[in-house]
Amino acid sequence: MAALEVKTKATCYHCGDECLETSIKIEDKSFCCNGCKTVYEILSESDLCQYYALEDSPGVNQKKESNSFFDFLDNPEIAEKLLEFSDDKQEKVTFLIPNIHCSSCIWLLEHLERLEPAVITSKTNFSNHKLTVDYRKADLSLRELAELLDRIGYTPVINLEEESAKVEKSFDKQLLIKMGIAGFCFGNVMLLSFPDYLGISSLEQSYQQFFRWLNVLLSVPVVFYSGSEYFTSAFKSLKQRFANIDVPIALGISVLFIRSVYEVAFDIGPGYFDSLVGLVFFLLIGKWFQNRTYQALSFDRDYKSYFPLAVLTKREDKYISEAVRKVKKGDEILIRNGELIPTDAILIDKRAFVDYSFVTGESEPIEKHKGEYVYAGGRLTGKKAQFVVQKPVSQSYLTELWNDEAFQKEDNHIKLVDRVSQYFTVAIILISLVAATFWQLTDPTKTWLVFCSVLIIACPCALALSTPFTTGSILRVLGRNKLYLKNANVIEKLQKINTIVFDKTGTITNANQQNLQFEGDQLSDEEAQLVLAAVSSSTHPLSRLVKTFLPNIGEHVYHLETFEEHVGLGIKAIVSGIEVKLGSAKYLEINMGDTHRDDSSYVFLKIGDSYRGRFVIQNVYRKSLRNVIDKLKGQFRLSILSGDHDSEQKNLEHIFPSGTEMRFNQKPGDKLNVIKGYQNAGGHVMMLGDGLNDAGALKQSDVGIAVSEDVSTFSPACDAIMQADSFDKLNEMITLSKKGKCIVVASFILSLLYNGVGLTFAVSGWLTPLVAAILMPLSSISVVAFTTMAVRFFSLKLKL
Amino acid sequence: MSVILILIITSIVVAIVFLTAFLWAVKSGQYDDTYAPSVRVLFDDENKKEANDDK
Repeated sequence: MAALEVKTKATCYHCGDECLETSIKIEDKSFCCNGCKTVYEILSESDLCQYYALEDSPGVNQKKESNSFFDFLDNPEIAEKLLEFSDDKQEKVTFLIPNIHCSSCIWLLEHLERLEPAVITSKTNFSNHKLTVDYRKADLSLRELAELLDRIGYTPVINLEEESAKVEKSFDKQLLIKMGIAGFCFGNVMLLSFPDYLGISSLEQSYQQFFRWLNVLLSVPVVFYSGSEYFTSAFKSLKQRFANIDVPIALGISVLFIRSVYEVAFDIGPGYFDSLVGLVFFLLIGKWFQNRTYQALSFDRDYKSYFPLAVLTKREDKYISEAVRKVKKGDEILIRNGELIPTDAILIDKRAFVDYSFVTGESEPIEKHKGEYVYAGGRLTGKKAQFVVQKPVSQSYLTELWNDEAFQKEDNHIKLVDRVSQYFTVAIILISLVAATFWQLTDPTKTWLVFCSVLIIACPCALALSTPFTTGSILRVLGRNKLYLKNANVIEKLQKINTIVFDKTGTITNANQQNLQFEGDQLSDEEAQLVLAAVSSSTHPLSRLVKTFLPNIGEHVYHLETFEEHVGLGIKAIVSGIEVKLGSAKYLEINMGDTHRDDSSYVFLKIGDSYRGRFVIQNVYRKSLRNVIDKLKGQFRLSILSGDHDSEQKNLEHIFPSGTEMRFNQKPGDKLNVIKGYQNAGGHVMMLGDGLNDAGALKQSDVGIAVSEDVSTFSPACDAIMQADSFDKLNEMITLSKKGKCIVVASFILSLLYNGVGLTFAVSGWLTPLVAAILMPLSSISVVAFTTMAVRFFSLKLKL
Repeated sequence: MSVILILIITSIVVAIVFLTAFLWAVKSGQYDDTYAPSVRVLFDDENKKEANDDK
């Protein structure tokens, strides 16, 4: 039996994936699945093929069965919340579309009016993946618009709780404005300070006063607007009897400002305005550098984001779309294939299959019979079913689970720089007092000058810059490698990790189950349809895999006459009079000899009496898994937490070092408790997981990383989101974060050296504005250069 | 008044004009999305072709 080599060279014209079947073609263009083909057809009908001209294969893979229902958008209450603007004629709405990823997407989405004339304008925001559409109300409803976008592969994600994102955005803008003002003042103050430094001849004395007062004027907005945050933050931390890094900064800024104004007012000297304004400017740059966020990613989604907004509810003998919140006990609801059951309910229909992988990680659907109690969070697979609601959504099992205490985990992590700054602040105040006492005894005229000088020069600007620039650079490097951290604090937590916990499904296995192949003579379209009809009724994971593999051509209509499923063996169906059997070799009574490979599962196929071939499903561990584990095993304690059954334990034992703890059949709550257990035993835990069933564990662990095939889709609340294909760089990424600590410490030493030099000037009473103006920016710039270059060096060394 | 004072005041006024322009740009959201406009400008504004090539 020669295994048929499917042509693998052909790539999908739409999405660029390999085409496993050659049958799906339009002219010379091949497609990997019917979904992609359909999108192509829609676009070519509307003469939008330039979409494909801008970038090669710009589309999004349509293989995954999409089960998006948008009928809830007909519900005026929900629509009203989504619409930004609405009058008699037109409406305006903004959708979040995670699939926006290239210039072709922008082009297509901004030419929507060609597909749908009722669209007036559409505009994309690429960085946060949003599309704003104005459309004529009379010709197009919100629901139709969403369905149109879904059809062309840009499924909008609709979530009413997006308020927090707006706050962050305004913060970003404010920082930019503060920086702009500080930069403007910095430039002008420098210009105006130069004459003083270079020496103004006595002829031009009158200008001196003018320049100096202008400096005062220019530094006022910098201190009171741009730098205001440092004061509020310092004040807050002092209230809690703790000196964070902002305390010495605020102290430095205020001493600089007061001293400078005093000098100008009493015509003593030029003041330290350029140092002052430069300091604030550099600090703000550091903040901005570190605060680059991934706008399109969301790290704080909880279970609510996964929930449907509306559910079909029976109202006066008709099912209408009703907001989930409004569903009461006793309501009858209708759940369709792929929809989530939003609350605890009792099944009315005869039977239904519910997939709880979402909650428990268990991938096999459970059969429920009439009258059985069904918990919220299950996804219905197969035929639609009716339920009677038992509890309002707010009190359902799932909601209660996620209101568990772990989800209110507080972040009481103290940053390294804040810990250092405690000692720093105390030391500076001591030095200044000692120096002041000394001069009081020897030359009282210099006391105040020295006291201020020490506080000015010791201002920890280099200290405050080293962390943001190091972490900012690391964030960038990791982001380039597709590990997106929620914020800079995560890096410090990463540095302490000593235990790594993996979820199985979707984390160390590949969720895109694409390595399914058919060995045997290629199935004709008719045969494929027969098999498809047979497997469609089965909920076994392997059947579902086979189903996604087969093309759904739909030209031949077959009737499923009988269907039997033999647990652990296979299925037997009679489709339009033809017997189709799928299952193990034993079940089909075929002797295959010894062609089994350990890493694969097989589904054999018999149509009628003839053996047609077998589907080979390779175990889908990530290719790099063994490699990554080999690198990690010496350094960390490893562990596996899976919601699935333990059938894979043997395979995993080959990969993971002996002594790795493996726990199976873990419910979300169990996972969380296991993590807690590790932490109580002194572990700093990093958890890698994917689904909502890991959400508790991700949140509880010190660093929770959500592994996702597509980072722009939903992921549970976490500290970091990792693109699945960069899993192989896990060890390098952790190493880089750890190096980050060395870099920060080294730059602390560097900045302390500068401070030592500066302090000698200050204590001896020689700190002139000119010396300060040279020394302070010099130390800032060298620290910035050192940290960024060091991060660059290490990332090159680690090949990141 | 000496000419240098006038010059300095003028220069600061000009700088303030640019600062205002920057603030306006930030506030009007020009920094919200720095990628899409760079692509958008390259799109051809070809007129809608008649739907005669039906495929």
